[in-house]
Order: sequence, then C-alpha cells, then structure tokens
Amino acid sequence: MGSDQSKTQNNSEQKKSSTDSTQTSISKKTESITPEFEGSLINQIVTRFSDKLVQVIYVRPGRAKILVPPNEIVQVASFIKDRLGFDHAESVSGTDYPKDNQIEVIYHLSSYSDDKLSSQILALSTRVDRNESRMPTLINIFKSAEYHERETFEMLGVYFEGHPRNERFLLPEDWADIPPLRKEFRIKGR
Amino acid sequence: MENEQKFDETIRRGLEIVKEAEEDRLMTLSVGPQHPGSGHFRFTIKVDGDYIVYCDPDPGYVHRGEEKMCEYRNFIQNIPHLERPVIHDSTNITYSYSLAVEELANIQVPLRGQYIRALASELNRQVYTLYWLGIYGIFLGHSTMFMWPLGDRELFIDLLEALTGARVTHAFNIPGGVRNDMPDGFEERCLRQVAYFEKRLAEYEDIFYNNPLFRQRTEGVGILTKEDAIKLGVTGSVLRASGIPFDVRKAEPYDVYNEIDFKIQYMKTGDSYARSMVPFLDMKESCHIIRELLDKIPKSGEVRAKLQPNPKGPAGESYKRVESGRGALGYYIVSDGTPKPYRVKLSVGSFRNMLALPFLLIGSKLADMPSIYWSLNYWPVEADR
Repeated sequence: MGSDQSKTQNNSEQKKSSTDSTQTSISKKTESITPEFEGSLINQIVTRFSDKLVQVIYVRPGRAKILVPPNEIVQVASFIKDRLGFDHAESVSGTDYPKDNQIEVIYHLSSYSDDKLSSQILALSTRVDRNESRMPTLINIFKSAEYHERETFEMLGVYFEGHPRNERFLLPEDWADIPPLRKEFRIKGR
Repeated sequence: MENEQKFDETIRRGLEIVKEAEEDRLMTLSVGPQHPGSGHFRFTIKVDGDYIVYCDPDPGYVHRGEEKMCEYRNFIQNIPHLERPVIHDSTNITYSYSLAVEELANIQVPLRGQYIRALASELNRQVYTLYWLGIYGIFLGHSTMFMWPLGDRELFIDLLEALTGARVTHAFNIPGGVRNDMPDGFEERCLRQVAYFEKRLAEYEDIFYNNPLFRQRTEGVGILTKEDAIKLGVTGSVLRASGIPFDVRKAEPYDVYNEIDFKIQYMKTGDSYARSMVPFLDMKESCHIIRELLDKIPKSGEVRAKLQPNPKGPAGESYKRVESGRGALGYYIVSDGTPKPYRVKLSVGSFRNMLALPFLLIGSKLADMPSIYWSLNYWPVEADR
C-alpha cells in the first residue's frame, strides 16, 4: 500500500518537467521497497529505454506500473512482449483526470506462456491530452486489446490511430452525447 | 492504344460484375438480440452456402454503465449493483471487488471469513456452470441435459440460500469478509449435497458427454490452437481447453487457495468438445475443493473485520482478479482517497472471450454455430456490464 501513495506525487512531479533530483528520488523510493523479481523486470525496461522515457510509478508484489509518453508506447510495448514475455492484455481502460487535463490509458498485461510471469500484471500506462486525445493502437502487438481499445474509444473518446474500428460498441446506436466515462458526463438526477 | 484502354475498361467492369454477383451469393443473418439462442447479444453473420464467411459481434443490449455507477456510490454501496452483470455467479463477481477494496483500504480478513468466502464462491461456481451446461444442452437439442442441471442447480441454490439468505443475488462478499457466519449444520448439508452431486456428475457423463450425437456435433469443431488462444488472450475454460493450464486460483492464489490442494483441469484438443468438457471437470474438482475447505475451516472465529462506517484508503490503485465461472475476473480500482472510487474497471471473462467468436465462426459451418457459440462460456450481460 505504501508504494501507492507515491503515485499521486509522481503525477505532480511529472508535470514539473521532472528535474534530475525528482527522478532519482523516485527511483530510490521504488528501489527501497521493490520486490526482487518485479524490480528486475522493470529494471530491464528502464535500462533499455532511458529514465526520462519510462517512469516507474510503483512496484509491489505481482504488480508494477510504468508510465510512458504516447509516442513511445509502441516501442515499449513490443519490448515488453518480445523480451519480457508478456503475451496478452487482460484489460485496457482509461481514467479521466480533468484537473491535469489528461486521460490516462492503461494496459494490464500478463502472460500465459511463461509460468514465472503468470502471477504478474504489468500496467503499461500513458497519458494523452484531453482535448486532443489520440494515441497509436497496440493491437498489432497485443491482438487481445482489440475490443478493449474499442470500448475505451467510445467510453472516453480516445482515438486509437491504426485501429480498424474506432466506433460504437456497447452504447446505444443513437448515442449522441459525450463519451460517458469522462468526468463531465453526469448521470441524470445525480 | 484506345483498344487497350477499352479492353482494360471491359475487364474492370467484368470484375465488378463478378464481385457484385459474389456479394449477392452471400446471405446476411442476424443472430439475436431477441432470439433465445443467443442471450441478449447480437452478432451478424454472412453465409456462403453452408459456410460462415463473416461475423461481427454487436454487444451492448444490456449495457448498464456499471463502471459509471460505481463512481457515484461508496465502496460498500457498490456491492449490490456490481453483482447484476452475472447474477448466477454473484459471489465471484463481488469477490475480486472485495479483494481490491481490501488492498486499497488495508483491511485484513479473518481466517474463518476467508474460508467461508472461498466456500461460497465454489458453491456459486457450481450454480453458474450448471446453468450454462443446461443452456448448452438445450441448444444442442438435448433436453434432458437442460432439465437435469437446472434441477441439481436448485440444490446448490438452497445451500447458498441457507448460507446467505438470498437465492441468486447474495451480496455476501464484502470488503473485510462475509456478511454472516454459516448456519448450524451447514457443513453436513454441504457434504451430503456434494456426495449426491458427484454421483449425478457420473450420470451427466453417461447421458451427455458420451452421447455419440453430442460428440459428433462438438469433436473437431471450432478448434482454437494454443498459439491463437494466447494471442486472443482468452481466459477460463476456453483457455484451458486449448492446452494452457492457467487458473488464477493457482497462478496467483488469493485468500486461502494456496492451502488448498487441487489440480488444474485442462484439455489439449481446443475444440468445442474440450471447451464443454473443461467446465464439467472443473465441477468435479470443485467438489474436492469444497470438501477440503470444510475440512480445514477453523471451527470458530470472526467472519468479518470491523470496518469504519465509510471505509476508505489513501489515494492509490489496485488490480485484483479471481477465477470465476468464466475465467479471470479482474477489478481495476483507482481511489483518490475519498469513500467513493474514482474509477472502477471490470475486466470480465466474457468480454475477453468474445474476441474468439468471429475467429472461430469464420470458416465453419452454420450448423456448428450453436455448438461453438455456447462452448465459449459467454455471458452477454457480463460482457456488456
């Protein structure tokens, strides 16, 4: 639980264009409480891509979360699949942060082919601008993300470039409102 | 030169006519949403003669916006509406929610509570699987296999009613444990029921799984290879039927499952027969698990932790999953430190297995459609959330 608290701090730190001192403080913080195996996985990603590109949000038993910029997510995802062995996406979801004017898209990746990874969930996240919410699709790397991405498109309005069908999926055919999981969409009477 | 152009033009026009004719050959069929054979779910298929050449799933007819609703209620108020997506497996769908909230708010569950929770979820898995088996039976034209599981399911429902007070929507799992302790004599009732049910399972095997007609309709139909299963990220019985022994109860044991000795049931063929057999084997294994849970459960003790009126934790997030009747069921919860969740995402087995539907249907015969569709263990209401 303790490592979670660093998450909100990290977000604010990230906005301050992350000076070197905050970077080291993040890595120190995570290293001190990092479980060994999860930490080594994350270290492989961080050493392959630089510290500035990949931010470690938290590392705890069975779970780890990294934040990458949207234009780098395809490279990081292919590295995670080809080198680390995570082979499918369990879930793709988005969270709206109107205060930061950002939407976070988060892929929960896991593995069937590697027994050691079967208890692991790697959360690969990125943050896109709320007004210009576009990011490249990952379905060429993780085919299993196809319907999840389509759902994220209709629920949060994040356009996945290269996805064959950025269109309605679960909502009614005549839906003519903003994407419902954005925070400014209110349920009537609530 | 002019002649050549004219020639090209003629060929182009000719190809168009051929293409149009081919389009005309295809017949578009809409399966569902009101057809009882598909549940509240629609998919469009195009058939060329006997063969399906196109399939487009169109879910959403029972979309309730569960994830949005969660943002308006506090962690405890969310429980009753979160079990609506799959009322036949309501203990499991609130199980991973409770686990995630417990991690966020740092709640410890008493040991007896953990055992009762696991017991209730095993009983509920039987209820769900029997319901699914009944539907699978009737849509392959085997009406005995509709009547028997639905009758036996009532016995498990009676057990759960004695335990929780409600037939199907129990709201039994809560962050911190379970709502109430077991009634007197519940363990004996459970053991009696399991012993009876194991005998029934042998009869199921005789009348249904060894039935030559059923085997003809399912064996070698809709084969999902191991590689494709991994690529599509399917889960639960669909995954285990394709030769991957993955079960969240083993891969990432929650609560007391690391103390329970059981085997992951899986098959290697990946056809509809394997996909219908794996839940059956799971039911058998579940009987062992229920016995073992009743054997190891502490004889007395608290069943739930005492909570604050509005439990909340510091800002943070949690992803927890359990093995439900339809595979891994994960909750991703983001908390901003208030008693209401900031964002809740359900990653459900049905939604994930839907990706396999067009993959398996395209290229197979129209007559094989029911045996493939129902073998995917697909629950439309859960997929729509």
